[in-house]
Amino acid sequence: MNTARNTPMTTVTGVADHIPDKYAHPAPKRSSLVRTAWDNLPQALVKLDPRHLVRQPVIFVVWVGSILTTGLSVVDPSLFPIAVAVWLWATLIFANLAEAIAEGRGKAQAASLRQTRVDTVARRLRPDGDTEQVSGQALQLGDRVVVEAGEVIPGDGDVVEGVATVDESAITGESAPVIRESGGDRSAVTGGTTVLSDRIVVQITSKPGETFVDRMIALVEGASRQKTPNEIALSILLTVLTIVFLLAVMALQPMAAYSGQRLSLVVLVALLVCLIPTTIGALLSAIGIAGMDRLVQRNVLAMSGRAVEAAGDVSTLLLDKTGTITFGNRRAADVMPVTGTDRGELLRAAYLSSLADETPEGRSIVDFALAEGTSAVVGAGAEVPSAPEGTPAEVNSATDLLRAGAQFVPFTAQTRMSGVDLPDGTRIRKGAGSAVAAWVHDEAGHMAHDVDGAVDTISRAGGTPLVVAAQAPGMPPRQLGVIFLKDIVKPGMRERFEQLRAMGIRTVMITGDNPLTAAAIAAEAGVDDFLAEATPEDKMRLIKAEQTGGRLVAMAGDGTNDAPALAQADVGVAMNTGTSAAKEAGNMVDLDSDPTKLIDIVGIGKQLLITRGALTTFSIANDVAKYFAIIPAMFVGIFPGLATLNVMGLSSPKSAMLSAVIFNALIIVALIPLSLKGVGYRPLSATAMLRRNLLVYGLGGLIAPFIGIKLIDLLVSLLPGLA
Amino acid sequence: MPTFAVSPGLNPVLQTVLAAGLVGIIVAVLAWPLGTWLARVFLDERHWRVERAVYRAAGVDPDTEQRWTTYAVSVVAFGAVSVVGLWLLIVVQGWLPWSFDRSQTWHGAVNTAISFTTNTNWQSYAGEAGAGHSLQLLGLTVQNFLSAATGLAVAIAVVRAFARAGVDRIGNFWVDLTRSSIRVLLPISVVAAVLLILGGVVQNLASPTEIVTLSGEAQTIQGGPVASQEAIKLLGTNGGGFFNANSAHPYENPTPWTNLLEIVLVLLIPFALTRTYGLMVGDRRQGRLVAAVMATLFGAAALLTAWAEASAATAPTGSMEGKEQRFGIAWSVLFSTSTTATSTGAVNSLHESYSPLGGGLLLFNMMMGEVSPGGIGTGLYGILVMAVIAVFIAGLMVGRTPELLGKTIGRREITYAALASILMPALVLTGTAISLVLPQARAALLADGPHGLSEMLYAFSSAGNNNGSAFAGLSADQPWLNLSMGVVMFVARFGIIVLTLALAGSLVTQRRRPVTAGTMPTHTLTFGFLLVGIVLLLAGLTFFPSLALGPLAEALS
Repeated sequence: MNTARNTPMTTVTGVADHIPDKYAHPAPKRSSLVRTAWDNLPQALVKLDPRHLVRQPVIFVVWVGSILTTGLSVVDPSLFPIAVAVWLWATLIFANLAEAIAEGRGKAQAASLRQTRVDTVARRLRPDGDTEQVSGQALQLGDRVVVEAGEVIPGDGDVVEGVATVDESAITGESAPVIRESGGDRSAVTGGTTVLSDRIVVQITSKPGETFVDRMIALVEGASRQKTPNEIALSILLTVLTIVFLLAVMALQPMAAYSGQRLSLVVLVALLVCLIPTTIGALLSAIGIAGMDRLVQRNVLAMSGRAVEAAGDVSTLLLDKTGTITFGNRRAADVMPVTGTDRGELLRAAYLSSLADETPEGRSIVDFALAEGTSAVVGAGAEVPSAPEGTPAEVNSATDLLRAGAQFVPFTAQTRMSGVDLPDGTRIRKGAGSAVAAWVHDEAGHMAHDVDGAVDTISRAGGTPLVVAAQAPGMPPRQLGVIFLKDIVKPGMRERFEQLRAMGIRTVMITGDNPLTAAAIAAEAGVDDFLAEATPEDKMRLIKAEQTGGRLVAMAGDGTNDAPALAQADVGVAMNTGTSAAKEAGNMVDLDSDPTKLIDIVGIGKQLLITRGALTTFSIANDVAKYFAIIPAMFVGIFPGLATLNVMGLSSPKSAMLSAVIFNALIIVALIPLSLKGVGYRPLSATAMLRRNLLVYGLGGLIAPFIGIKLIDLLVSLLPGLA
Repeated sequence: MPTFAVSPGLNPVLQTVLAAGLVGIIVAVLAWPLGTWLARVFLDERHWRVERAVYRAAGVDPDTEQRWTTYAVSVVAFGAVSVVGLWLLIVVQGWLPWSFDRSQTWHGAVNTAISFTTNTNWQSYAGEAGAGHSLQLLGLTVQNFLSAATGLAVAIAVVRAFARAGVDRIGNFWVDLTRSSIRVLLPISVVAAVLLILGGVVQNLASPTEIVTLSGEAQTIQGGPVASQEAIKLLGTNGGGFFNANSAHPYENPTPWTNLLEIVLVLLIPFALTRTYGLMVGDRRQGRLVAAVMATLFGAAALLTAWAEASAATAPTGSMEGKEQRFGIAWSVLFSTSTTATSTGAVNSLHESYSPLGGGLLLFNMMMGEVSPGGIGTGLYGILVMAVIAVFIAGLMVGRTPELLGKTIGRREITYAALASILMPALVLTGTAISLVLPQARAALLADGPHGLSEMLYAFSSAGNNNGSAFAGLSADQPWLNLSMGVVMFVARFGIIVLTLALAGSLVTQRRRPVTAGTMPTHTLTFGFLLVGIVLLLAGLTFFPSLALGPLAEALS
């Protein structure tokens, strides 16, 4: 089963189809569940060790019961005690199997990760500048190593010198190489990845045995798994229930004795095992492991189970605008000429000035102008300020223009403009409104009165205004108009935010844009709130304010300056492309570096909690039917009238009790797939979700065992001696 | 005497429906303003002059609030001191005026002292034989007030835990106790006592009078300050009768009118508290839901019991064994359901004589942990503990850490809530089981077979729920039963209080999480069903085997 595609989350998102195949982890293809179960059977048997079981009180009680009944069936080797003993052991093995399968899935992943951890030879830089060969395992914090093309990076670290392309497919499954360079937000490298080109110096930031890959292995193997707060609380409730059922069963013997019939120990153990919440007790840890596993399938590493649970509780989501809500690049969506300028003239000027502009914005202007009918043929429109002699007939690229003698003016932080000087001396400039205005003013040009209005209109609509001005030779420059650069909201985002809202999650868009632009995009994307001109401090303040109000906050980030906010957030997802500081600060790492995945992570967290709740409810509701099977069977000998309670019409007292025990064991197996896959989950309001799940798992839990026990009884009653 | 308010010719079940409707309307009308009053009492910043005098005398600073630990220590210490004080009073009652040489054994006195302090009011003595007027007035009536006030105080402290956020104080027990007594219980009791006297309940300090009846036999006519004790006996969900026959006695409950009044008094404060809860947490819908859940459980139990009694005999009146003619099935069933569902334990009919199923239902009312509507205060905090468990089990199914009124139910909360909810079944089952093994305890049973088991189970359920009603039949005045039931009463009462206060202490420190569409609502029909389901399921799962050997075995044989 290829769970990477089949996880129920695929149905969650509505736009999950955007998740490309590259998300599939390099782990070996998943084998069928039956096969996995078989493979993990030895592990399940190993787990029968009481030292392991004692950590799960519910299962431990079953273990004690199994020992007792086994002993009794040795003393009295008749069919009933033997059958009960066998099925109690089966119950235990099934319980262990659930956990073993869940862990086994991770083990396969860990094995493939381990291959990346082959011992590497590192070239450590000595203070004198020479290098020495040491084992990768011997590297200490702060060591600097040189890695060249074709070599494996020996440990986690930051690039402190140079730039290189790195193949990170061993970790991320993404085959396209990434660029890693010193300084900035793309300096982190992971041990086990391979440098494809160039030479870098890496400063090691992790101790041997504590590298990212080591942690990943430990995580997917479940070795470092600790019970999450919610799991602990649930275990406590289950333990307390077990205690009260133990008391109820112990109190039953004197009552039965008073009533004139001592009960056999086998019968009491059978009743106890059926009553205590074995189903959820058996599946509890499998559910937790599978939850983590579902994240791993989506290439997200949660550093703790606590974080996964917290994801389900998140009520505020901070999403960066760029790359998450909108496509990373702004695109030209319109042009607005000033009075006295023809639209075509403006388009033409915009086209020419952007030909050499290799930024996505620049290219989008070229595309837009062409789409709007600007001809590449010079002079066709004749609206260009001038179509001088010597200009080639067709200007398809910057090269054509250069060949004609034009000169490009690149963008600089000082001028905040770029443009082109045509061979005839015509100068075209485009840039931020104030920068262009300053240029026109300095050149004693003509200030168009309606530029400001257009700039304002575009800002208000969520766009970025780019003013175009031109100066014909010997004339004062004048503004031609404004290009409307628009942030394009990714398709489907509005629907996703609506789903989130229905689940009670508020989305806040974080952007460096001015409030006007931010408000427009926020409205278009349908987010609940936005934080404009956001600094890292602003983010931090926002997170703290939300938390003070009792809300749990999730955010994604990659830069070093995101680190404090990532650490403060309840769920902080660091991008794998980000800095080590960010990865250290967050409690999850997204190997695909896709901030949109935050939404999926919330869904996985919720699904984990729902699965736990659903199986608990189901498990407890099951007890009603088991009572109706066992109690009349126990006492029908002294009170024949109690046969009325045998509503299932079970064939004999012994087959009734045995059927309940068998059902109790088999239901664990039946629910293993559900506990691994997680309960089907759609974004619904809590009210709707509660109603639905109560109906399915509450009412279903009441009814299912009546049918199941009856069916088992039909089979069991065929056994001689039990009919 | 004709049955009151409903035609005697009518089917008893239908009579019960009509009678329950009448009671429901009266309780609703009265509980509404009372709930508001209760909220004002406990939110009031100022102290009455008489209260200041009490605080000065007791050396209490009424303006200092307590953490849950101090609050719990205060409750338990007050309870322990009350037990010792009451025990001494019982032991020395022979030296007090109007004692008529009535006395109790030392262990009987222990049982009585614990019983009245814990709001159980189980009586292993007969009222006419074990308690003189002085003891009734100075000891039993006083404890009737104080034990009820204690329950009310604890409930209010728990409600504060939900209403407040980010603090560690849950109120001042001494202030809550004093206000409960002076502003709530005393005034209503006075009015109720006057109404009872008007209805024919006696109120005097008369000695027993010997008369010769028409048939020539001697009979002792009892007197005493009955009405004053009767009022608080019911209002405070105490239930300890002045006379052995309790509210079946014509001097305690002479007419259908007084019977109606007594039922209303029993149900009044437990239902009013749901409104107080809603008001104090700032969401009246929460209170309404709790009231609806309580009323549903109550109504279902009453109707099923009425049906059981009606079909237990072929007579058109149904089974009248052990019931008073002046009340009939409807008013007997309503009374018995009211007192078993509220930890009152007063009786106007003999529960032992109910049909097996009817008696079993009365037993089950207690086994649900007294939450329908439960005793004064205990009912509210009992159902809130149940709500915590319900929210925890099912709340996960909405995909969030479970929360109730914005407070997260985490590890500590579920530990306290779970322990609080299993303490009672643990005590009841253990007590019953041990007693069924001990020959001296078994000798106390009147019946044998399933009915005998029901007697013992009923006794310990009554003690474990601080109910105090008796299935009769059991001769409980013997060392083992007196002392073991005394332990059960004390541990059940104060154990649950301490655990519930610990829960409150944990909740009150939490900040409130805001309500969003992702929050599981706790005021909806769905949650109502869930809460009813959890209450029934927990009681059913723990007690089904014992019920099968007692009432069910008897009913189905």
